[in-house]
Amino acid sequence: MSAWDWQVFCKNTLDGSVVAGCFGSGGDITYFDWLLSAWGWTLSVSILALVVALLLGSVMGILRTTPSRGLVLLGNAWTELFRNIPLLVQIFLWYHVVPALIPPLRAVPSFILVVLGLGLFTSARISEQVRAGIQSLSRGQRMAGLAMGFTLPQTYRYVLLPMAFRIVIPPLTSESMNIIKNSSVAFAVSISELTLFALQAQEETSRGIEIYLAVTGLYFISAFAINRFMLWLEGHLRVPGMIGGGK
Amino acid sequence: MKQMSKLVLGLALGGLVTSAALAQELTGTLKKIKDTGAVTMGVRESSGGLSFTTGDGKFAGFHVALCERVLGDVQKQLKLAKLDIKYQPVTSQNRIPLMQNGTVDIECGSTTNNAARQKDVSFAVTTFVEEVRIAVKANSGITSIGQLNGKNVATTTGTTSVQHLRKHERGAGVNFNEVYGKDHADSFLLLESGRADAFVMDGQILAGNIAKAKNPADFKIVGETLSVEPISIMIRKDDPAFKKAVDDSLKAMMKSGEMGKVYDKWFMQPIPPANKPIGLAASEATKAAWANPNDKPMEDYAKK
Repeated sequence: MSAWDWQVFCKNTLDGSVVAGCFGSGGDITYFDWLLSAWGWTLSVSILALVVALLLGSVMGILRTTPSRGLVLLGNAWTELFRNIPLLVQIFLWYHVVPALIPPLRAVPSFILVVLGLGLFTSARISEQVRAGIQSLSRGQRMAGLAMGFTLPQTYRYVLLPMAFRIVIPPLTSESMNIIKNSSVAFAVSISELTLFALQAQEETSRGIEIYLAVTGLYFISAFAINRFMLWLEGHLRVPGMIGGGK
Repeated sequence: MKQMSKLVLGLALGGLVTSAALAQELTGTLKKIKDTGAVTMGVRESSGGLSFTTGDGKFAGFHVALCERVLGDVQKQLKLAKLDIKYQPVTSQNRIPLMQNGTVDIECGSTTNNAARQKDVSFAVTTFVEEVRIAVKANSGITSIGQLNGKNVATTTGTTSVQHLRKHERGAGVNFNEVYGKDHADSFLLLESGRADAFVMDGQILAGNIAKAKNPADFKIVGETLSVEPISIMIRKDDPAFKKAVDDSLKAMMKSGEMGKVYDKWFMQPIPPANKPIGLAASEATKAAWANPNDKPMEDYAKK
């Protein structure tokens, strides 16, 4: 590759002519428009999947620390099921296999399926971190809570979880950044996100290096923004004197 | 003693002169092949009958067979006792960079010869002319692109078919949803499972996938040709000696009718792995390319 050709992003996706101002008009789009829309899809998939993963992962992680054997078993089974199957295979199972077995699922858009697939996969990892966070607290904390007359849910709500969640913020940060990068599997089920954009646009324009650099930059910015946000959150929620919280 | 050293000097000079003369005769890829006794062929894992793997790191297909013959001729031209052919799988993303940096010497896959690529690489005379078509389920009743309004249309990520589709979409005022499969098998699965109503792709890939389907009679290729693309063997840019060697070998095959026989073997006879024929007779455009060998880019075909 000789010289850079950043003009490629200003090209019209129909005939490859350079559009002034880089934004298409009247239904035509440029590669830059497409790049931004692809970024939007990547962020939507990631953020929705992160919400699914945090909710389900926390619930399953908590279940695994309860005294009830049935609930622990449920949490363990959930975690091992979604942790031991490769992500891409899970996505294909949701997209091709499950709808073949349950026909009504065919009507579900692939966006929802990939959010669920990515969310469930990540929930297994978050469940493991939440469990580890709760178990890192001394047993006395739980006993003290129960001895104070709190019910078990109240003990979790007011004693265990406030500390456990503060402890697991660093691994949760990694997981949240991972979900941005893992969202690239969505291209396999026809979500027009950054990876699909890169594969497609570099083929159409023959300027692969510029396209991949731009996409790499956007992935980095997205993941790094999450990193900064979580760091801010960690500092903001720190309680002096609490475990892991001394300033 | 003095004479002796003169003699040595003379011999050394003589040696320099002859090697310089040889280097002038042989340049670029031909010199590389002569010096190393080896050549690296870029091949595809799954490009229909043109180039595909049969497992165990072995590759076959129409273009692979042609390249093996071409390299046989090159070996004769260079008077090499033995030529070691290495096979390097490439993808549509890396084939051009790998050609430019010298990892592969000749690419025998399914690369469209277009003007944008001609800035980076060079192409041998066109050996196959591809027509982009539409495959649908036989019972769908769809016979042309106009009927695709509001339907889901599958195509494969990283192929130029999407672009043609987009142009037609705007041109014909037809509005459809694009669904992308991650590879051809995946796109065909979209059609088979009903997630897509049509699959737009190179005719030979459609024919190949239909031939391999559980029930080939369920599918058919319909409608107008969306685009015509010359598919060629790719070589490095600015290497006229090697291009001439490759072109001469191919032209000889076109003239002798050998080309048609090789085509027949890969497109009309049963081929591995499924041992089923693709069943795609050489198109008029392909036959025309054989009758008048040329390396014109796709843009010249569109003008016609």
